[in-house]
Amino acid sequence: MRWLAQLRMRIEMLFGRGKAAARLDDELRFHLERQIAENLAAGMTAEEARYAAQRTFGNPALVREQARATWGLNWLELLLRDVRYGVRTLRRTPGFSLIAITVMALSIGAATSLFTVVRSVLLRPLPFRDPARLVMVFEHFRDPSSNQEGFSYNSVAPADYYDWRAQTHGFEDMGAWRWARLNLTGEHGELPELINGGGGSWNLFPLLGVHAAIGRTFTESEDHPDGNAVMLTWNLFERRFGGDPSEVGRQIHLEGKPYTVVGVLPKSFAYPDASIQVWVPYASGMPPAVLEHHDFHFSRVVARLRPDVTLASALSQVEAVQYRLHLQYLNAPVAEDVAPRTINDDLARDVKKPLLLLMCAVGCMLLIGCLNVANLLVARGAARQKEVAIRGALGAQRSTLIRAQLTESLLICLAGGVGGVLLSLAATKWMASTWKDLPNAMSIHVDGVVLGFACALVFSAALLAGLLPAISSTGKAAFAALQASSRTTSGNLSRATLRKSLLTVEIAITVVLLIGAGLLLRSFVRLRSADVGCVTDHVLTLDYSLPEKKYDSPEKVNAFNETLLERVRATPGVSAAALGSAVPGAGVGEDDDFTIPEHPPISPGAPLPDALYRTADPGYFSALQIPLLNGHFFSSDDRVGTPKTIIVSRQLARQYFPGENPLGKHLHVASRGDADSEIVGIVADTLFHVGQPAKPTMYVPVLNGENDQGVTLAVRTASDPLAMSVPVQKQIAALDPGLPVSQVQTMQQAIGDSLGNASFSATLVLGFAVLSLVLASVGLYGVLSYLMTQRATELGVRMALGAQRDQVLRLILFDGLRPAILGLVIGSAASAGITQLIRSMLYDTRPLDPAVYVAVTITLLTVATLACMVPAWRASRLDPMQALRME
Amino acid sequence: MGKPNDLVQGTLDLLILKTLRPEAMHGWAIGKRIQQVSGEVLQVQQGSLYPALHRLEQQGWIKAKWAESETGRQAKFYSLTAAGRGQLEKETANWARLSAAIDLIMGEA
Repeated sequence: MRWLAQLRMRIEMLFGRGKAAARLDDELRFHLERQIAENLAAGMTAEEARYAAQRTFGNPALVREQARATWGLNWLELLLRDVRYGVRTLRRTPGFSLIAITVMALSIGAATSLFTVVRSVLLRPLPFRDPARLVMVFEHFRDPSSNQEGFSYNSVAPADYYDWRAQTHGFEDMGAWRWARLNLTGEHGELPELINGGGGSWNLFPLLGVHAAIGRTFTESEDHPDGNAVMLTWNLFERRFGGDPSEVGRQIHLEGKPYTVVGVLPKSFAYPDASIQVWVPYASGMPPAVLEHHDFHFSRVVARLRPDVTLASALSQVEAVQYRLHLQYLNAPVAEDVAPRTINDDLARDVKKPLLLLMCAVGCMLLIGCLNVANLLVARGAARQKEVAIRGALGAQRSTLIRAQLTESLLICLAGGVGGVLLSLAATKWMASTWKDLPNAMSIHVDGVVLGFACALVFSAALLAGLLPAISSTGKAAFAALQASSRTTSGNLSRATLRKSLLTVEIAITVVLLIGAGLLLRSFVRLRSADVGCVTDHVLTLDYSLPEKKYDSPEKVNAFNETLLERVRATPGVSAAALGSAVPGAGVGEDDDFTIPEHPPISPGAPLPDALYRTADPGYFSALQIPLLNGHFFSSDDRVGTPKTIIVSRQLARQYFPGENPLGKHLHVASRGDADSEIVGIVADTLFHVGQPAKPTMYVPVLNGENDQGVTLAVRTASDPLAMSVPVQKQIAALDPGLPVSQVQTMQQAIGDSLGNASFSATLVLGFAVLSLVLASVGLYGVLSYLMTQRATELGVRMALGAQRDQVLRLILFDGLRPAILGLVIGSAASAGITQLIRSMLYDTRPLDPAVYVAVTITLLTVATLACMVPAWRASRLDPMQALRME
Repeated sequence: MGKPNDLVQGTLDLLILKTLRPEAMHGWAIGKRIQQVSGEVLQVQQGSLYPALHRLEQQGWIKAKWAESETGRQAKFYSLTAAGRGQLEKETANWARLSAAIDLIMGEA
C-alpha cells in the first residue's frame, strides 16, 4: 500500500502546498518553543533562553528550504518560480530581450529550415519496402576521369546488368531503370506532349515493394523490345486522364506507337523524381542490339540485399562478373569494378555537398547567435552583481543561482525558437521551390521530428548561451561585490576579458563565413562570365524529336529538318539558325569511342579514345559563331548515302593527332556503322557544361539520316529572342501540327539553369555571413558601450588631468578594435584550412584567393570601426565633472 | 551547513525508524530520544532531522498526524506505517551485516 500513501502525499503536495508550508513553519516553531522551554528549565533568563535556542537551531530559512526540498513535485515549484522570476527580469529590459530573441529566432529558424531539407533529401527513408537493404550498384572505372558521375560512379550498360542478375546470388533481386523522353499523344496524334518517362525492368516494382494503386505492374513477358505496356504515374493519371480508373486497359500513344495502360502507380511514388510521368518496361522500344552492348552506359541498377548476405560479399560476386566482362571486351569502355551507393545518396547526387556546406554555415551562425546572447547575458550579470551576491549571502546555493540564470537564457531561446519555427515554415517552402535540383522536393515539410530537432536546438542553445555567463557571475568573486564599496570592482575587469574573448571567437567565425561566402561568390561570378566558346546572346533554343513511326526513312527526316531550317531562316527577325543534337553548354549528351584507321591499333587492354558525339547542320558553326580553324564546314551534300565526313574539335585534334594534320585522316566510330568518316574540318573548342573543362568533340552531319536522338534548334535573333519563340513554333506547327517542342528558352537561360544552384548556395551562404557580421558588430558595439560605462570614472579622471578628447577616442577605439583584429587573424588562419574542404565546389578560384581575403579584411575592419566609433565618440564627449560625480 | 552525506543520511533514517518503532513521536522528542539512548553521543541537528522526517514521509515509510502534545500545544506526531516497519526490519538486518563486517575488520588489527 506504500504507493498509495506516496500518491496521497503527491496529491496533497500538489494542491495543499500553502497549507503544508504553514504546517512546516508551525512544526519548526514548536521545536524552537520546546528548546526555549528546556533552556528556561536549565535556569537561563527568558532572553538568554531564546538566543541560545536560536543558536542551536541554526538558519531556519535553510532548514525550511531543505525540508521542502524533500517534498514531491518540488522541482515543479522551483521551475515555476524561476520562470516567473525570469519573465519578470526579461520584461524589465525589453530592448535587450527583443534583440536576444530576434537573434535566436533568426539562427534557429535558419537551422530548422535547413535541417528539414537535409532530412527530406538525405535522411528520410523512401516509401519502399525495407529501404535499408536497397542499394544502387554502379560500374566503376579505375581511371577516375572515365566515370560519369562524381568521379566514382558510372551508369550501367544493359548487357552488364543482365549478366549481373543472371550470374550472381548475393542479392535477392536486381532491377534496372533508365530515363526516356517520350512523345505522348492521343490515339489520333492529338494533344502532343513531350514527357519524361522511366524504363523499368519488370521486377523493379516488386523489388522496391511498390504495388500499383490501380491495375498491376509489368510482367516478365512485357519486358522486351516490342513490349507495349505502360504504367501511369498518379500525377499524369489525374492531370491528363481526369483520374478515371477505366483508363486502365485502354491505349495511349507513345512515340506514335500504341501502348496499353496496365496500371497506375500510387501517389506516393515519385522515384527517381516527380518529373517522370509514365513508366514503360526497361527493354520496351530499345533496339535489340543496344541491349546486348556492354559499353552503352545509361541504366541505374537497384539491388535488394539478401538478409543472410553481407553487402561486401554480394558485391564481390558482382565484381567478379564485371571484371570477367572487362577482360572479355578489353578495348571497349567496360568498367573493371563496381561501386555501391545508397539510394538516398544517389538521388541527392549534386545537392549533398552544397547542403552540408549550408548546414555548416548555419551552424556557425547559430553559434554566433549563442555567443551573442551569452555576451549580452554577461553584460547583464555585471549589472546584477550585487543582487547575486545578496542572494548568495542569504543562503542561495550556487546551483540555484546558475539555474535562475539558465532559466532566463532558456526563456530567450524558447521565445526565439517559437519565432524561428514560424520563420522556418515560410523559409522551407521557399527553399523547396527555389532550389531546382532538390530531389524529393514534394516531401519536404516540417513535422514532428523537425520540431523535435528545433526543441533540441533551443535547449542546447540555451545551455550554451546561459552556462558560461551564469558560472562566471556566480563564482566566489561575485561575493566581492558586497565587500567593495566602489562600483568598479575587479570582477568587472575579468568579466570584460570574458566578453572580449567571446567576441574574438564570434568575429573569427564570422570571418570564416565571410571568406567562404566570398569564395563561392567569386567562383559563381567566374562561372557566369565563363566563355562557352560560342555566341550565347540573342539565341533562342528549342528541342524536338521526330517520332520514328511517322518519320521512318532518313529522307523524311531530312526533308522535315531542311524545310524547317529554310523556313526559320526566312522568318523576319531571324539572323541565323543552327540545328544539331545539342548546343554548347547543354551537357554531355552522347559520347562514343572511336579508332583512327591510319594509326597503329590500340594495344589490348588500353581504353579506346572517347569523344562527345554531336550532329550539326551545314550552317551550325557559322550560326553559333564557332570558329573554323582548318578545313571546311559541312555542305548540304554531306548527307545519307554520300561518303561519311566528320569535323573534330581542336582538343580532339591535339590529343589524338599530336604533331600531324588530322585533315584527310579518318575516324571509325564503331557504334555508328562500319564505314570510316573522313575528317574535313577542325573547329574551336566549346564547353559542354559551364564549370567543367572542354572535352574532345566530334561533329557529324545532321543530314546523315540518324534519327535516334532529339535535336536542338538554335535561332539567332536581332531582338529579344523569347519574342521570336511563337513565330518559330508556328513554322514547326505548319510542317507537323502533331510535333511537340520542349525546352523553349534562351541560351543564357539554358546555361543559367545549370548555374542556378551555384548561385543559390553562394547567395545563401552570403546571407548567413552578412547576418553573422551584423550580429558580431552588435556584439562589438554592446561590449564597448558597456566597457565605456564601466570606465566612465577613469576616463573622467584622465580628462580632468588633461587628456585630450581625441586621445580618449583613440583609447576606446583601439580597445574595441583589438578583439576584432585578433578575431580577424584567427579567422583568416582557420579559413585557410577550412576552405580547402570546398575546393571542389569552386570554379577557377583558389581557396586562398587573395582578393577575397583582402575584401573580407576591409569589410570587417570597416564594420568593426563603425561599431566601435559610436561608444568611442560618446566616451570622448564625456563631461569629466559628471563622470567623477557618478561615484 | 552542507547536506549530510549518504552514510549519515542512511543511518539517520534507520535511527528515526527505530525510534518510532514503539510509539508515535514529534520531531523534538525524536531528537531527544536519539540523544538520550545514545548516551549523549549522537546529537541530531535540526537541519538534518526535519528534512529526513519529511523525506521519510514522502516515501511512505512514516505517516504524520497533528495531535495535542504533552505541553497541550498542537504538534506533528510521526508514526511508522506498515511499509515502514518492513523497511526497518530490512535496514536493521543490513546494519547488522554491515557493522559485523566492520567489527571483523577492526578486530583483525
